[in-house]
Amino acid sequence: MTREELISLVATLVPDMKPGANKQYPEVIVTAAQLHELAIALKKTPETTLDYLFCETAVDRKDGFHMIYYVSSSVLHHLLMIRVVIPDKLNPVIPTVSDVWRAAEFYEREIFDLFGIKFENHPNLKRIFLDDDWVGYPLRKDYKDTFTIER
Amino acid sequence: MEDTVVDIDLKEKEEYIINMGPQHPSTHGVLRFETCLQGETVKYLIPHCGYIHRGIEKMSESLTYPQLIHLTDRMDYLSAHINNEAVSLCVEKAMGVEVSDRVKYIRTILAELTRIASHQLWWSAFGMDLGALTTFFYGLRDREKILDIFEESTGARLLQSFITPGGLMYDVHPNFQKRVTEFVKYFRKKLPEYDQLLTGNIIFRERTQGIGYMSLEDAIEFGVTGPSGRGSGFHCDIRKIEPYSAYPLVKFDEITFDVGDTYHRYLVRMKEMWQSLSIIEQLIDGIPQGPIMLELKAIKAPKGEYYQRVETARGELGVFIVSDGAPSPARIHYRTPNFSNLFIINKISAGHKIADLVAISGSLDLVIPDIDR
Repeated sequence: MTREELISLVATLVPDMKPGANKQYPEVIVTAAQLHELAIALKKTPETTLDYLFCETAVDRKDGFHMIYYVSSSVLHHLLMIRVVIPDKLNPVIPTVSDVWRAAEFYEREIFDLFGIKFENHPNLKRIFLDDDWVGYPLRKDYKDTFTIER
Repeated sequence: MEDTVVDIDLKEKEEYIINMGPQHPSTHGVLRFETCLQGETVKYLIPHCGYIHRGIEKMSESLTYPQLIHLTDRMDYLSAHINNEAVSLCVEKAMGVEVSDRVKYIRTILAELTRIASHQLWWSAFGMDLGALTTFFYGLRDREKILDIFEESTGARLLQSFITPGGLMYDVHPNFQKRVTEFVKYFRKKLPEYDQLLTGNIIFRERTQGIGYMSLEDAIEFGVTGPSGRGSGFHCDIRKIEPYSAYPLVKFDEITFDVGDTYHRYLVRMKEMWQSLSIIEQLIDGIPQGPIMLELKAIKAPKGEYYQRVETARGELGVFIVSDGAPSPARIHYRTPNFSNLFIINKISAGHKIADLVAISGSLDLVIPDIDR
């Protein structure tokens, strides 16, 4: 599927989505509430079959946390980038997609560990790299500890 | 002796929780498997990682692009050249520049040499995991030749930091072409020895065939890529899907099998070494002349988000850069192959004996610093 076809197909599934500015891959911006249903639809629809989530990550920006999902199709090899902005920086919450793409279970544990974003309905949400009693979330821009070196 | 409540429960079921690692030779690094055993059978296991988490992504936010190249070596240290290349390609893509053909050829040859060296070390250690010590001597004997080529041209044997945004650190040694040609000739003779020693061995086959089945659906669901995914029939070779550097110019086959057991994951890597030799042969005699470094005023990615996928020896490496236009990235994320390849191990080893767990984890070819970053 081409870039325009993919974006217009997402538009039929989620009418108020916004196309993103990414030049490299087709990008769509949806809200946290729409994410889970969109994920199921993209995986099930035969024209898209986006069954392979190869990258899920978060970015700390001024307007909130941006969740980035890169999904691809193992058969058709097209790519889609999904972006969800979480404006609430104090208590960021987003539904999990680990029931749709199993790989997300571990990407989301990493994001929870390093960004402190909570994933609703996640089967096993606990820190993956850092100790359980670690204070703070290191990849947030406002994170500081005694080891931080200012440059 | 008084038993606690938990102990009675475990005793009735005859289950034991055994920690394998973090210091255990067969995990090839600091990884801990919390294994629940019933007799010698694995009921389930939980991988615990983070013992070598260095915060590479956080560190990189305060380094410039040429500086952070040096940290990527230390993720998957057996694919150092390919990791360097991934970041370099991503930064070049962001800046909208393209390196000369000479650089593309050299990068691809180095990447394929790295892949062979990595598979050689994996083969050596895999044999050793199963109790065959000789493989280690055979594998390291041949890997030494590649490391010598790297040492001569890049100055380092393991962590080269040679490929950098804009080109290469310096030109390859004048002997490079001659020595690589010699190596390819030499290794074409030696590779059949590997098959004679291990692939046809009846004990080895009994230990690997039919062990640790991974279905195609599971491989895709968990995002298992590289030789481990291709052993299950997952067409995930980035060199074919999104060709980069000199890969569009060469002919090679993507090795896949539809079986998905430990033995076929092994076979993928053995056959990939032949393909890598063939790629090197196609390129080595035609390295064009040209500049090895682009003349750039400053290495800065313009504002935006960029993603680059490459195929390392273990699977798909993704580099995600968010830039505000500063000399260092606002955020850099590495989608590392080993992190995604690890967590399937519970599913494919449950029900097998603990000795088979060693074979299965060996066939996934995990490099722990790449998981933890």
